Amino acid sequence: MTPSQMLTSFYTIVRKDVVRIFRIWPQTFLPSIITSVLYFLVFGKVLGGRIGEIGGYPYITFVVPGLVMLAVVTNSFSNVATTFFQAKFFSRNIDEILVSPTPVWVIIAGYVAGGMVRGITIGILVIIISAFFTSLPLTQPFTILIFLILSSMLFSLAGLVNGIYAKSFDGITIVPTFVLTPLVYLGGVFYSALALPPLWQKLTFANPIFYMVNGFRDGFMGVSDVSLMTSLGVLGALTAILIAVNWYFIRTGLGLRQ
Amino acid sequence: MTSLALSIKNLKKTYSNGTEALKDVSLDIPAGDFFALLGPNGAGKTTIIGIVTGLVNKTGGSISVFGYDIEKDSEAARTYIGVVPQEINFNPFEKCIDVVVNQGGYYGIPRKTAIPYADQLLKDLGIGDKRNETGWSLSGGMKRRLLIARALIHKPRFLILDEPTAGVDVELRREMWDYLHILTKRGVTILLTTHYLEEAEQLCKHVAIINKGIIVASGTMDEVLSLHDEDKAQKQGYRGGKLEEVFLQLTAKNSD
Repeated sequence: MTPSQMLTSFYTIVRKDVVRIFRIWPQTFLPSIITSVLYFLVFGKVLGGRIGEIGGYPYITFVVPGLVMLAVVTNSFSNVATTFFQAKFFSRNIDEILVSPTPVWVIIAGYVAGGMVRGITIGILVIIISAFFTSLPLTQPFTILIFLILSSMLFSLAGLVNGIYAKSFDGITIVPTFVLTPLVYLGGVFYSALALPPLWQKLTFANPIFYMVNGFRDGFMGVSDVSLMTSLGVLGALTAILIAVNWYFIRTGLGLRQ
Repeated sequence: MTSLALSIKNLKKTYSNGTEALKDVSLDIPAGDFFALLGPNGAGKTTIIGIVTGLVNKTGGSISVFGYDIEKDSEAARTYIGVVPQEINFNPFEKCIDVVVNQGGYYGIPRKTAIPYADQLLKDLGIGDKRNETGWSLSGGMKRRLLIARALIHKPRFLILDEPTAGVDVELRREMWDYLHILTKRGVTILLTTHYLEEAEQLCKHVAIINKGIIVASGTMDEVLSLHDEDKAQKQGYRGGKLEEVFLQLTAKNSD
C-alpha cells in the first residue's frame, strides 16, 4: 500500500469508531460525566472541607487531575477492548480488515486512535465540568496535553491487547474490574503517595497509573510525588512494550486466526 | 505477471485440536478461470479459503496469488483478492453503503471514490434501494448480495466465493450466477465452493474435488466428468447430474 492508501485505511478505521462513539453518546460519554460530578460533590464539597489542603491546594483541586485521568484511562481502555472484541467475537467483521492489505501497524494505530478520541474527549469534558466546582490552575499546559495523549494511548493499547486476547465476554470485563479499577484507586488519585507508609509507597511506585496521575497533576498544579521525566519515561517504556505486544499478536494471528 | 491466479503447493493444515484438515493439497487456478472447489462438509474447502485470505494460519506449504506469496508479499497478494465468506460477517448496525465503502477504505480507496462505485454495485446486485438500511434489516438473500458487493468494491482480479448461495432461493441464485458470469467475462477469476453441483457443472471451466483434506480429482470439467462410472452410479440408486454422481463416487464414506 502507498502512504496515501495507508492513511485512507487508518482514517476508515478511526472514522467508523468515532461515528459510533458519538452516535451512542449516552453510553460512551454520559456515565463518566455523571460519575465525575458525583466524585466532585462527595470528595470536593462534602468531604473535601474536612480533609483540608494537600500540597498547598484545596482537596477538591488536588483530586481533579486524578479524576480526569480515571475517566481517560477507563474509557480509552474499554472503548478499544470492547470494539475490537465485538468485531472479533460477535459479528466477526474484524475479518474485513484482516483480509485487506492494511498493514498491522495501521490496524493498531486505527483502533488506538479511536480509543484516544473517546478518552481525550471525556478528559476535556471532565476538566470543563471541574470548573464548576473549583478553580483549576494550568501551570504547564503542554505537560497536561502530553500526559492526556500518552495516558489515553497507553490504555488504548492495553485495551487492544485485552480485546485481541479475550476468548469470551468475561475476558474483557475481568481486566477492568479486577485490574484497572484497583490500579486507578491505588494510583494516587485521592491522596499523595508521600503520605503513605514506606511499604505502600513502594507498591504505589510500581503502579503505572501513579506516574500518569502525578505527571498530569504536575501539569496543572506544579505538584508531583515523582519527577516529570520519570513519569514520562515509565509511560514511554510501557507504550513501547504494548505496541510490540499488539504487533506480535496481530502479526502472528494469536487470538485472531485459527 | 503469472498466468496463474492461485497456486497452492503442498498445503498442510493441522488445527490445534489435532484435526488434520489439509493433507498436502496442491492446486492451480488459471487466471480468468471459473473454478469450482467441491467437497462434502468438513472436507477442507473453507480451510483452504481461510488460508488464502489470511484468516487461517497454514501448517506447511506455500500459496501465491498472481505470483505473490501470501506470506512474503501478503499486502500485494491481498490487493488481488475479494472474498465472500460462508458466514455473514459484516457489522449488522452499519448501513449497507457504509459496509461496502468502509471495505474500500481498508484497501486504500477514499470515500469520495468509493461511494459512487458502491452505489453502482448495490444497484447491480439489486439492493440499491437498501443503501441506507442497516445490514441486520436485510433478508438472508440480500445479506449475501451485500457480501458480494463488499467483496467487489476494490475491483479484485480474484474473487473467492464460499457457498455464496447457501439458503438463497432459486430465482435469486440464478441472478447471482448470471452476475458472476458477467464478472468472469470481465476477466475476474472466480473460485467457487458450492453444494449446487448441477450449477457448478454448467458454470465452471475447471473443478477440483476435495475429500478429507485430499484433492481426489482435479482438471477441466470434462476431465473430471470422464471419471464417471456408470455401473457405480446405477448401484447408487437415485440418479442426479453427472458431476453429482462423480462427486458421490469420489467422496463416498467408504472411499478411503
